[in-house]
Amino acid sequence: MITRFFKKNWLPMFTTMMIFVVWELGIRIFGVPEYIAPAPSSVFATLVEERDVLVRNFLPTLYESLAGFVLGNFIAITLAIAFVHNKMFEKAFFPIAVFVNTIPILAVAPVLVLIFGNGIATKVIIAALICFFPTLVNMVRGLESVSGQMIELGRILSATKSEFFWKIRLQSSLPFLFSALKIASTTCVIGAIVGEWVGADIGLGSLIIEATFNFRSPLLYATVIVSSGLAVILFITVSVAERMIIKWKPEHSA
Amino acid sequence: MTVQKLGKNMTNVTNNMNKTAGVNTPPAVSLNNAHVRFGDMTALENIDLDVEDGAFLTILGPSGCGKSTLLRLVSDLVPIADGEVTVFGNQVDKARLAREFAFVFQDSTLLPWRTAIENVRLPLEIGTKHAHKRPKAVSEKSAEELLALVGLEGREDALPHELSGGMKQRVAIARALICKPRLLLMDEPFGALDEITRDRLNEQILKIWKETKTTILFVTHSIPEAIFLGQKVLMLEANPGRVREVVDIDLPYPRELPIRETPEFNKISRYLREVLETC
Repeated sequence: MITRFFKKNWLPMFTTMMIFVVWELGIRIFGVPEYIAPAPSSVFATLVEERDVLVRNFLPTLYESLAGFVLGNFIAITLAIAFVHNKMFEKAFFPIAVFVNTIPILAVAPVLVLIFGNGIATKVIIAALICFFPTLVNMVRGLESVSGQMIELGRILSATKSEFFWKIRLQSSLPFLFSALKIASTTCVIGAIVGEWVGADIGLGSLIIEATFNFRSPLLYATVIVSSGLAVILFITVSVAERMIIKWKPEHSA
Repeated sequence: MTVQKLGKNMTNVTNNMNKTAGVNTPPAVSLNNAHVRFGDMTALENIDLDVEDGAFLTILGPSGCGKSTLLRLVSDLVPIADGEVTVFGNQVDKARLAREFAFVFQDSTLLPWRTAIENVRLPLEIGTKHAHKRPKAVSEKSAEELLALVGLEGREDALPHELSGGMKQRVAIARALICKPRLLLMDEPFGALDEITRDRLNEQILKIWKETKTTILFVTHSIPEAIFLGQKVLMLEANPGRVREVVDIDLPYPRELPIRETPEFNKISRYLREVLETC
């Protein structure tokens, strides 16, 4: 299996390696000081040496991202279901949802700190806010993706609204939902880190700030790598879940 | 071949006869001076039609003549503006709750996450609130038997994306039959299929008609299909949708595909084409 993986992915692995080599050589040849840009070798060394610090700061960010992911998507899915079943409700609340989405997340963060304080709640809410909107829009589209003839079939079979929802609508929306969840799986990490920037003493976001202010570039780069690693793990988890849950192909995928 | 003008008076006569006799079974479908309007547009005007129990009626007409609307009227999908429509003597909503009829669309409308057999069973899991209004026998017809009837034994566990267009349509037919409907409404069910598949399914639908003895109303664009299948062809004209005429097809059953090469078949075909061009 591993050899198959290499056979399939040797080209991108090769280009990545080449970028590291060029980066390392560039730093050495031009004598760039470490506080401006560290060589990859020193970043990797820091990854190993500072692993305790990195793990200690990784875990809070992981929990905040996960909690934000669950909260934001839960609210988005619930709202989407309400929108699809009640057009009045959609008219009343959709513009507000759009408005909330247009506020830059960096501008809301201080407001939330004032309200919810410096604790984990603020970070969770920011992470939730950032994944809320794409899921809302996609879920509404997914729930409405049922064809006109399918609706007629439901009527001929005298399906009740809830039967139609559970047997037909909800399943039809799953491919749309998972596209949104994949987006959310990476953006929730951004939300948590932004929350930590505004005020926190632990977490990858606060470590980024700390490393920057202390000119510890290798630690800063190592933290960036760990942050993106967290997003990748969440993305892969959602992708695997998608593949396990959706074994079918949508009718009109072509 | 006999060509018969279907006037309002004539159908009224048969209706009255039914009422006075009292023992005759009501027609499968009865339309009495039926009108359907969408806003200012009249889709169907003054339709008078009785379809006997067990009949196979094909419906032909130019695009936009209301062929589909006629089926949708009978299946309680569009409301009647004027006149009367009944299915086996009942109002259409009552017939719908009792599952007296089933519908096959041009699109197979299978649920892509359900296997063939699970799709066939869907009607048994939906509309259960009204299940007591249906005869008990309904859920006893096994889904396996029906898939075998449409020639899909062995493909019970296939997902729709693993099936060809013709196979999907056969699953849709099996699903329509699971509640043993006395009336089967088919809206261009083979319209999107290739010629060969269509021919094969045409033969199959005649077999199903013979075995299940269900009444079939079959909308099509194809003159040969209409003649090959139907005991009668109902011609509609457009703007507004009205009955042009009902043509008896005096070809013996069981019909097989070579019948389409016979002079009788061609004669009817020529006649229908002439009428269709003036609709």
